[in-house]
Amino acid sequence: MNQLNMFAFGIYPYLAMAVMFIATWIRYDREQYTWKTSSSQLLEKKQLRTGSILFHVGILGIFFGHFFGLLMPKEVWYFFGVTTSMKQLVAMGAGGLFGVICFVGLTILIQRRLFNPRIRATSKPMDIVILLLIYAQLILGLLSIIVSTGHLDGAEMVRLMTWAQGIMTFNVAVAVDAISEVHWIFKLHVVLGMTLFLLFPFTRLVHMLSVPLQYITRQHQVVRQRR
Amino acid sequence: MKVRAQIGMVLNLDKCIGCHTCSITCKNVWTSREGVEYAWFNNVETKPGIGFPKEWENQQKWKGGWQRDGSGKLQLKIGGKLRVLANIFANPDLPEIDDYYEPFDFDYQHLHNAPDSKHQPVARPRSLITGKRMEKIEWGPNWEEILGTEFAKRKIDKNFDNVVQKDIYGQFEKTFMMYLPRLCEHCLNPACVAACPSGAIYKREEDGIVLIDQEKCRGWRMCVSACPYKKIYYNWKSGKSEKCIFCFPRIEAGQPTVCSETCVGRIRYLGVLLYDADKIESAANTPNEKDLYQAQLDIFLDPFDPAVIAAAKAEGIADNWITAAQRSPVYMMAIDWKVALPLHPEYRTLPMVWYVPPLSPIQTAVEAGHVGMNGDIPDLKSLRIPLRYLANLLTAGDEAPVERALERMIAMRAFKRAQNVDQVEDLAVLQQVGLTVHQVEEMYRYMALANYEDRFVIPTSHKAYAEDAYDLKNSCGFSFGNGCSDGNNSANLFGASTSGVRQVIPVVIKE
Repeated sequence: MNQLNMFAFGIYPYLAMAVMFIATWIRYDREQYTWKTSSSQLLEKKQLRTGSILFHVGILGIFFGHFFGLLMPKEVWYFFGVTTSMKQLVAMGAGGLFGVICFVGLTILIQRRLFNPRIRATSKPMDIVILLLIYAQLILGLLSIIVSTGHLDGAEMVRLMTWAQGIMTFNVAVAVDAISEVHWIFKLHVVLGMTLFLLFPFTRLVHMLSVPLQYITRQHQVVRQRR
Repeated sequence: MKVRAQIGMVLNLDKCIGCHTCSITCKNVWTSREGVEYAWFNNVETKPGIGFPKEWENQQKWKGGWQRDGSGKLQLKIGGKLRVLANIFANPDLPEIDDYYEPFDFDYQHLHNAPDSKHQPVARPRSLITGKRMEKIEWGPNWEEILGTEFAKRKIDKNFDNVVQKDIYGQFEKTFMMYLPRLCEHCLNPACVAACPSGAIYKREEDGIVLIDQEKCRGWRMCVSACPYKKIYYNWKSGKSEKCIFCFPRIEAGQPTVCSETCVGRIRYLGVLLYDADKIESAANTPNEKDLYQAQLDIFLDPFDPAVIAAAKAEGIADNWITAAQRSPVYMMAIDWKVALPLHPEYRTLPMVWYVPPLSPIQTAVEAGHVGMNGDIPDLKSLRIPLRYLANLLTAGDEAPVERALERMIAMRAFKRAQNVDQVEDLAVLQQVGLTVHQVEEMYRYMALANYEDRFVIPTSHKAYAEDAYDLKNSCGFSFGNGCSDGNNSANLFGASTSGVRQVIPVVIKE
């Protein structure tokens, strides 16, 4: 069991992140033509609008929730006067809200991708795989809220924070030790999350790195000179 | 004054016979690929009609082009930058494939291997998206060919706005039609460029051709909405937008575009225009729509003016470009004779493909004696053929420039007829339309004779200064993506599937 914990929560995260960084870099460098949102809105618009907007709003909320919730040291939270149990409640509330929004959107998107003949015919295998994996991950995340109602003191959450911050600061032993005690739903959620990191460069998810924020500041017209 | 050069095009609609050779040759060269079967960089529409994609001219529906906002600033019709980004998850103004048409092919093989049967075998259509049988083809790239479909459907054509009694034009004896070949306008103030969140679309400084960088395009699809001419197509296979590239590899070598080269009616002209880039914004922002045509004309610079030539040289514009601008058929037709007009200037994109309005239906009525004469020129206002329709198409509703263009063309015919048949110089007719003998002789040479070397005055692009030929040796030339990669490697780790695999429906043989 210890070896398994060590691999899943001590080694696998580094493997996944290494693959993510290196493969993303290679793809960005070598295969720009494949770097895209892969939108299918041209082939189906109505369902996509509802599904895509709900999905993106939900998943962005969840992403930033996880980012700050897991990686911000608990001392910072205390500094702002947020106790562990308060944070636990906020995490459950906000996570639940964005989770449900995302769930509705993703359900529409999956229904559309699997059962609209045009979308299905033009889907690559990875388009379907990644949707289903995110769906599974989302359901695990929503289920974990129910588990959390059993310990509103936030102790379980602190263990997960310790793990995440331990991994980021290379305190592997502390990290693995902290996470080995949590409920299996959290463990599955973490492993699947690492798998999503691993697959990231091989999917259309890379488009999130190309959020066109520079559009706001740039000139309307673009003229290129001959080099 | 910031002098820039632009390769522009003129299409003489008076001579277009609607043969679609331009569309077909263009498709064969550029869009005979999976994902863009539905895309026509060049298509020919029969007007009146709603066009391709459906109702592309209805900007209340598609929100293409620019508009002036409350404070008089120029803004994209799809919204400001923040609104564009706010809609990035799902673009509300994007046409669907059915607004173009579902691409199809026919099961031709069935004609070869059908068993003996009572009825002749037929090749039935099959969708190129799903590979499934299509029972009925609902729409196509030129569904309204030669007034196909009912007038009730065609009359929602936006150019009928403000045309008095539009219903009478649907009656059989009053009906009229014209052809409108359309391609990317390579605008001076392109809305697609302004709408691209990734900054992937750009205008080339040296010749004004507007291109999409296929490596930088991320498929946000805002350009498709922003282009009022709907001449940007989203490739559903590659996930990138594509558009007419004005055959830039040919233009760079001094050759005409494929559509121009193959035009059997010799209606297309290519030439250089010099313009003042500093004036673009104020011209596009002219308050009154009807003044936009004149504002656009005012941007262009006289290529014979020594000050302009000096400024152009200072900007690094090569001598052969200046000579080409002086011999440019586009400059003559659009700016000197004013017989070529821009398509929908009210979109405020300053389009660079110009159209000579069609005279033929008017001329027919003149010959049949239906029209009153105004001096030597038939009174065009007395025609039941709607000048207003042409004005809505070409001059934002201002009839005077259309009338002038048509009158000048009639005057050219009257003058040449008097000269050749009656052996007299009919100067009165020229005076009436404000042309000199020299101008009208040139008009005759360029528009009636239309020799190849007069139609296409394209300077080569001096690529040698921009690129090192040694580096280009053994390179792949025109390709997608990383070097020689087409971005569609079947063994690609990144999940691209093979292109060009057509699903074939097995033919069921029934006794």
